[in-house]
Amino acid sequence: MSEATAAISEREQFIAIKGRRKNTIKCDTDSIAGCVSQRACVYCGARVVLNPVTDAIHLVHGPVGCANYTWDIRGSLSSGSELYRNSFTTDLREQDIIFGGEKKLARIIDELVAKYQAKLVFVYSTCIVGVIGDDLTAVCKAAASRHGIEVIPVESSGFIGNKSAGYRAACEALLKLVDPVDRREAAASKAINYLGEFNLAGEAWIIKDYLKQMGVQVNTVFTGDSTRDTIKGAAKASLNIVQCAGSMYYLAGKLEELYGIPYQQVSFLGLDDTAQSLRSIAEAMGGGELSDKAEELIRREIDRVSPIIKGYREKLAGKKAAVYVGGGFKAISLIKQFREIGIEVVMVGTQTGRQEEYDTINALVSDGTVVLDDANPAELERFMTGQGAHLLVGGVKERPLAYKLGLAFIDHNHNRKHPLSGFDGAINFAQEVYSTVCSPVWQYTARQGGS
Amino acid sequence: MLDCTPKELKERNSGGAINPAKTCQPLGAMYAALGIHGCLPHSHGSQGCCSYHRMHLSRHFREPAMASTSSFTEGASVFGGGANLKTAIKNVFAIYNPEVMAVHTTCLTETIGDDIPSIIKSTEIPEGKIVIHANTPSYLGSHVTGFSNMTKGMVSYLAEATLPIKKEQVNIIPGFVNPGDMREIKRIVKVMGIKSIMFPDTSGVLDAPMTGKFTMFPQGGATVAQIKDSGNSKLTLALGRFASSDPAELLAQKCQVPATILKTPIGIKATDALLVALRRAFAQEVPYELEEERGQLVDIMTDTHFHFHGKQVGIFGDPDIVTGLTELVLSLGMKPIHILTGTPGGAKGSVAGSFEDEIQAMLKSAGVSANVKAGGDLFTFHQWLKNEPVDLIIGNTYGKYIARAEDIPLVRVGFPVLDRSVHSYLPIVGYRGAMRLIESISNALLDRADRDAADEDFELVM
Repeated sequence: MSEATAAISEREQFIAIKGRRKNTIKCDTDSIAGCVSQRACVYCGARVVLNPVTDAIHLVHGPVGCANYTWDIRGSLSSGSELYRNSFTTDLREQDIIFGGEKKLARIIDELVAKYQAKLVFVYSTCIVGVIGDDLTAVCKAAASRHGIEVIPVESSGFIGNKSAGYRAACEALLKLVDPVDRREAAASKAINYLGEFNLAGEAWIIKDYLKQMGVQVNTVFTGDSTRDTIKGAAKASLNIVQCAGSMYYLAGKLEELYGIPYQQVSFLGLDDTAQSLRSIAEAMGGGELSDKAEELIRREIDRVSPIIKGYREKLAGKKAAVYVGGGFKAISLIKQFREIGIEVVMVGTQTGRQEEYDTINALVSDGTVVLDDANPAELERFMTGQGAHLLVGGVKERPLAYKLGLAFIDHNHNRKHPLSGFDGAINFAQEVYSTVCSPVWQYTARQGGS
Repeated sequence: MLDCTPKELKERNSGGAINPAKTCQPLGAMYAALGIHGCLPHSHGSQGCCSYHRMHLSRHFREPAMASTSSFTEGASVFGGGANLKTAIKNVFAIYNPEVMAVHTTCLTETIGDDIPSIIKSTEIPEGKIVIHANTPSYLGSHVTGFSNMTKGMVSYLAEATLPIKKEQVNIIPGFVNPGDMREIKRIVKVMGIKSIMFPDTSGVLDAPMTGKFTMFPQGGATVAQIKDSGNSKLTLALGRFASSDPAELLAQKCQVPATILKTPIGIKATDALLVALRRAFAQEVPYELEEERGQLVDIMTDTHFHFHGKQVGIFGDPDIVTGLTELVLSLGMKPIHILTGTPGGAKGSVAGSFEDEIQAMLKSAGVSANVKAGGDLFTFHQWLKNEPVDLIIGNTYGKYIARAEDIPLVRVGFPVLDRSVHSYLPIVGYRGAMRLIESISNALLDRADRDAADEDFELVM
């Protein structure tokens, strides 16, 4: 089987082809040494989750690189403070490695707090901090009492796991911030928290607006456009909705355990998922008038948006897409959303998908679709071209790869330029797919997008 | 408002960085290694490092940047990364089959003390394949140091003096510049009629053409045979002291190839110096083609000098590039009043000279006084601009926050440029590169003048 030649034998168990080969794949393990993996580290996972907290000082304790590569790369928007878009690092030097970095860290926290009057500091640990043994917790605790503010250590040394471990470290840090409340009071509130939404291109604002129209207030978003104060008040909610499950399942579970807040998974990618999610939120909040308002909103929006989507579907029918994204839940939504615009997904991969998500993917896709975990570029190339994809959906490292192959590309990660959530997001998505798949530039390339 | 920087200057001695003007060594090592033909850079550390460096390079060059990683886990960091590196070497040749694997370390593997040479020696490497390495601790120097260290690795592993008499050829170590710059330098040397070996050489790797196929190892890059043969050359020109002088000096020691350290050839003076060095060593006349280019450049400078004279500029970026840009703007009559690099700058008053000494000397002879700092950050640079405004900023993409906050035009030069395209294909070096820089600077200044002009002052001809 030619597909297998791209993979060394160890990698084969991470790849499945629906209808032809075993349908369970190995996932959620470490990458193999020597692979050109597309994956990142624990610190990266923690940083992307926490960075959208807008009024915090995000201080990276380590040599300069870790701070530099994550400086304002997420594209999460703020309605207030812009402090989170600066890059703060302890810039550890050789003598700090030899003598320890604790004193320097304390000095820098003092300097930054004085300069920016922030009430919240996240201190991220990096690989080297885990090795030289700085006691981050003690330094943060002392700084917190010195300044009367929150200084939260984030245990994110790069080597202690993969990106998922970083999500968890971020969730632990967020939990430390949340103030306990009287449960009965909170359960009566008509407010909800929105977990796993990072306000890329203002997406949280779109969904908040829908919910407002239904009569539901959003208490805080984790973490898009959030602040110290909104996160502190997170326990004052009667429901948590979870979008990016990979990063936020743990937090949702903890908030239920500690504060009795139930949670449900939602997705606002595509018309169908958006409508379903709004319905289920209305129902969870007691139904009745809320559900009526939800139906009214859904009807109005779908009436408005459907003809536009239909126009794109006519232009895009028969095209094939490959999907390679971070989490499994996003992959599932994308498969459905592509169907809405007439495109079949012929390859699906994720960096950190879980077994049950791969099961769902497998149930959704057609026979012959390739499903793979933690792919390397050679595998992506082999399967995208082998499957005749016209388009790849991925992140920053996949973009030039797709273009070199003459494939159209959509960034569904930090570099997205338009909101892709909700009803308007569905139009933007169709528009973006159309503008790349049907661009005249493919006439000049050797391969013409999938042919 | 994206401006969180206070105007008031206070002494800063915490040792931290706010909005850094440098990044870490391994990135530079990865970039240099991509300048060897058929080479897969390998990051010995956690997989995040490799992922970040590839992402950063991909954003700047808009090209795939291939590299593998040792994928460290907790066990490896406790018991040493030897086993991971051995497995990685085996897998890299089994899966990707490069000609060369170039290993660089990270802060993690430096601190746990992995002895890379002995790990490499005790690993079976397939016949005809090569593994080289460089130590690139992230807590020393900057990405420019990492570039220099990996280039040193090329010399120490590969360069050989095999002939009794040196060949009539020149080695060029181009420094941390774009593939477009490397192409231009090679063109200039070729026009001079001199045979050259450039290493590292990322042209044809990170500016490879679109073919409809993905190739792990594009056609470009210095071949192993070329780097070996660099030990037989008559001269090495190290362009840019910070990125290139160490490998050139190592080559001088190892293979007795004399080294001449020059500035990165940005602007007329530094380009003249490059041609003079080549002419002297090879007794070649400068051909009319290059004289004509120089003449065109001088023509442009005289045609436009009144746009530039007395304009105040702030320049930041990598030390070799900033040095070249400072000389260029001085030659136009501009006043560079804030000059900063994030890279630590070498000891003041040392024989090799520090960054600050070199810049101050250029400023002194032009009669300009300025803030000059090595090992600085963009917080400091921004504060300088708030206290003493400029007409123009020249630097990388990270300058855009300051440019917006202070409403000052920004000309993007250097690494990284993450928000504009095509820059990596076109040179800033040589006479043609100087023309391009002058065009960019003058467009930025005149676009601003047009934007700000009152109707009655708005002019057709400028």
